[in-house]
Amino acid sequence: MRADAFGLPEILAAAIVLALNAYVLTGGADFGGGVWDLLARGPRRGAQRELIASQIGPIWEANHVWLILVVVLLFTAFPPAFATLGIVLHIPLSLMLIGIVLRGSSFVFRSYGPRDDATQQRWGVVFAMASAITPILLGIVVGTIASGAAGDAGERLAARDATFASVYLAPWLSLFPLAMGALALAMFAFLAAVYLALAADDAALREDFRRRALGAAAAIFIAAFGGLAVAHVTAPRVSGVLTGSRAFAFQAVTAVAAIGALWAVWTRRWRTARIAAALQVSLILWGWVLVQYPFVVPPTLTLREVAAPRTTLELLLGALIGGALILFPALAYLFRIFAPKVR
Amino acid sequence: MTDLLAARSQMAISLGFHIVFAEIGIAMPLMMVLAEWRWRRTGERAYYDLARRWAKGTAVLFAVGAVSGTVLSFELGLLWPGFMRHAGPLIGMPFSLEGFAFFLEAIFLGVYLYGWERVSPRAHLAAGIVVAASGAASAVFVVLVNAWMNTPVGFTLDAAGNFVNIDPVTAMRSPAAFQQVLHMLLASYAATGMAVAGVHAWMLLRGADRAFHGRALLLALCIGAPAAVAQPFSGDLSARVVAETQPVKLAALEGQWQTMRDAPLRIGGWPDASREETRYAIEIPDGLSLLAFHDPHAEVRGLRAVPPEDRPPVAVVHLAFQTMVGLGSAMAIVALWAALVAWRRRDLSGHRELLRALVIVGPFGFICTEAGWIVTEVGRQPWVVQGFMRTAHAVTPMPGLVAPMTTFTVLYFGLGAVVVALVASLVRETSGVRS
Ligand code: HDD
Ligand code: HEM
Ligand code: HEM
Repeated sequence: MRADAFGLPEILAAAIVLALNAYVLTGGADFGGGVWDLLARGPRRGAQRELIASQIGPIWEANHVWLILVVVLLFTAFPPAFATLGIVLHIPLSLMLIGIVLRGSSFVFRSYGPRDDATQQRWGVVFAMASAITPILLGIVVGTIASGAAGDAGERLAARDATFASVYLAPWLSLFPLAMGALALAMFAFLAAVYLALAADDAALREDFRRRALGAAAAIFIAAFGGLAVAHVTAPRVSGVLTGSRAFAFQAVTAVAAIGALWAVWTRRWRTARIAAALQVSLILWGWVLVQYPFVVPPTLTLREVAAPRTTLELLLGALIGGALILFPALAYLFRIFAPKVR
Repeated sequence: MTDLLAARSQMAISLGFHIVFAEIGIAMPLMMVLAEWRWRRTGERAYYDLARRWAKGTAVLFAVGAVSGTVLSFELGLLWPGFMRHAGPLIGMPFSLEGFAFFLEAIFLGVYLYGWERVSPRAHLAAGIVVAASGAASAVFVVLVNAWMNTPVGFTLDAAGNFVNIDPVTAMRSPAAFQQVLHMLLASYAATGMAVAGVHAWMLLRGADRAFHGRALLLALCIGAPAAVAQPFSGDLSARVVAETQPVKLAALEGQWQTMRDAPLRIGGWPDASREETRYAIEIPDGLSLLAFHDPHAEVRGLRAVPPEDRPPVAVVHLAFQTMVGLGSAMAIVALWAALVAWRRRDLSGHRELLRALVIVGPFGFICTEAGWIVTEVGRQPWVVQGFMRTAHAVTPMPGLVAPMTTFTVLYFGLGAVVVALVASLVRETSGVRS
């Protein structure tokens, strides 16, 4: 790599991925909690739901802001990429937004609304369903970008050689994005199960979430390898990079983290499990970055091509640094107040 | 319905929905902090109940504000990719700063709502103050963007229509920035404060507990009434900026077709685009010249000075402006009256005429807000960036936009109905409150 290969555009792109990473680890787990609400079973069904609500309640809105930060940083630093994605991913993004709206509002309607069972159940169902569907759509969006289908659709549109289906439907309604949707869902559910096991006061409840964590880990495994197999056939660029020699060390580290997380859950080392699970999920996310670097929207728009003018990037970096100085102490304060009692 | 119209309608519905929750998110935290502070100072239980109940309402409304705001930030790309492609580097700064304000707001709202028993009294009150301040800050940042759309600066246009030589800092200090931010902040306090006052006035009229609702009324008026009284003056400042920088919009506000000196101020009336005149208005001689330029003989440019394709839909803008000014003035008068009564005998809760008036003007602030945004946004048409980019060039090429527009409209109407029912039930619970 040349020395100037890592400049302002790369720094800001890295900041965006870091923000997305934070969103996945915090907001993602909140969605995962909703998935376990949907799947609450057995004699401790009520206790499971209560634990989930108490863990999400104080922090989900702060966690949600990471996603907003990703969006505003993207449209400030790489406006043409944001414009292209807004056009070709209109439908899955709109569906995801509906999920976001329904998840957030049903959660507060349930928490603050009438306490009778019928109302509680109605909003509970909406909350749980929206929590499960939104991550799938997020994964689909990422998969469509990674596979190059979004970029191709943009090209077709520019060349005026397009049907509605070929630009707005086919790119995301295909096997690889759907596999990434499943992967996102499994990852969020896994994170949530591990966090919830750590937070549970009661041994039986903890065991419930241990079993769920193991199930979700298996689902991650299936979705990840299924996705890779699909990519081999339908998105050779992706599988080419992931199985190439450049990625070998990266894949090895991810595998170690995955095995570590599984081992820690198996042996009930919850604090270790939390760290390993977070690491595993983060590495999968950065694997995506590795696949598409130096493109923002592969195979057409590179970081450098679509970066905003230098003035904007400099100011933005300044704002990010200043903002981080305020943000991180505040976040630390929030999580310290509401942290689960550590064992 | 054309795709452009569908996109505009979807944006208008989304913003019109969001702005209500945003205003509440700005003013409510201030009110609950005031109530808590009074409780800590006086030890009166009613203030504690009030802070807890206002906080409960804020929690629900804030969450709906947060998710509808998220929709908006995506919609900038989903509906207006052409706008964002060019304007993103210029207006991204305030949006990014707003992102950090959201963080502070959401973090400390979590601390405030769930931390009554977990943090010290002082820290709790401070958390509420941070929420109130960062809510106001997010409004400042986002309105800076809107002011730039109205009075764009900080770039030059090259031959290909790209924005070059951009200067995001100058863009944040556009000519309309100060007046619009001031007017928006005052609107938030006026609309929310007066609406809450209206709710408690209504409960008092129905004979609910005086200790609780009387205090609530007074606190709400402390926030709402001064802002409501200041609002017409701030609106006058805004109008003068519009007169200077956006003559076509001013002409549309006032239904002024002809360029003339000694332009009259029109009250009511129907602007008829086919005849290019405004009929049935009561005209006050020299009024418009005087108000807009502080000189009764100043020349006011009329709509005929620009070709029809550069004119906004005049009737909508004129009507919306009349609504804002009319209802806003009524609200200011009632606010003054309340101040007078409070000053003379302190106890408002037994003054039935005043209570009735407060109930009537309760919703006016929110109606004025919607009307004001229609004035600003529709009045800027056909431009999305005044004078530089047409809305038609900003819209997404995706066909069939009626479908998402309908979906989001249904979604928001549904949510709105649930929120109203929920807040009504929270209010009804308080009728039994005894202190
Ligand atoms: C409580 C709400 C409220 C009240 C009582 C008023 N307004 Fe207003 N007005 C708004 C809430 C609002 C707003 C928040 O909706 C707008 C939209 C954009 C803005 O900056 O503020 C607005 C815009 C707006 C504009 C257009 C600014 C622009 O396009 O740049 C003008 C000229 C006025 N107002 C003037 C007035 C006058 C003369 C009022 C006298 C009573 C008044 N407003 C009361
Ligand atoms: C301050 C932030 C705001 C920004 C950045 C913004 C941005 C936009 C954009 C990009 C459009 C589409 C282009 C256009 O039609 O001009 C639009 C349209 C519109 N917005 Fe805003 N807006 C803001 C605030 C609001 C609010 C709070 C309202 C509340 C009612 C509102 C009402 C409308 C309406 C009615 C339209 C449609 C205009 C038409 O169809 O003629 N805007 N806005
Ligand atoms: C294009 C226009 C707009 C966009 C993209 C936008 C975006 C957002 C977003 C993403 C949020 C959620 C933040 C969170 O999670 O806490 C939000 C909330 C908020 N917005 Fe907007 N917004 C727009 C217009 C406005 C306007 C015109 C105001 C002016 C008053 C405003 C004031 C607020 C406030 C105070 C909040 C936080 C309080 C609450 O959620 O109730 N916004 N907005």
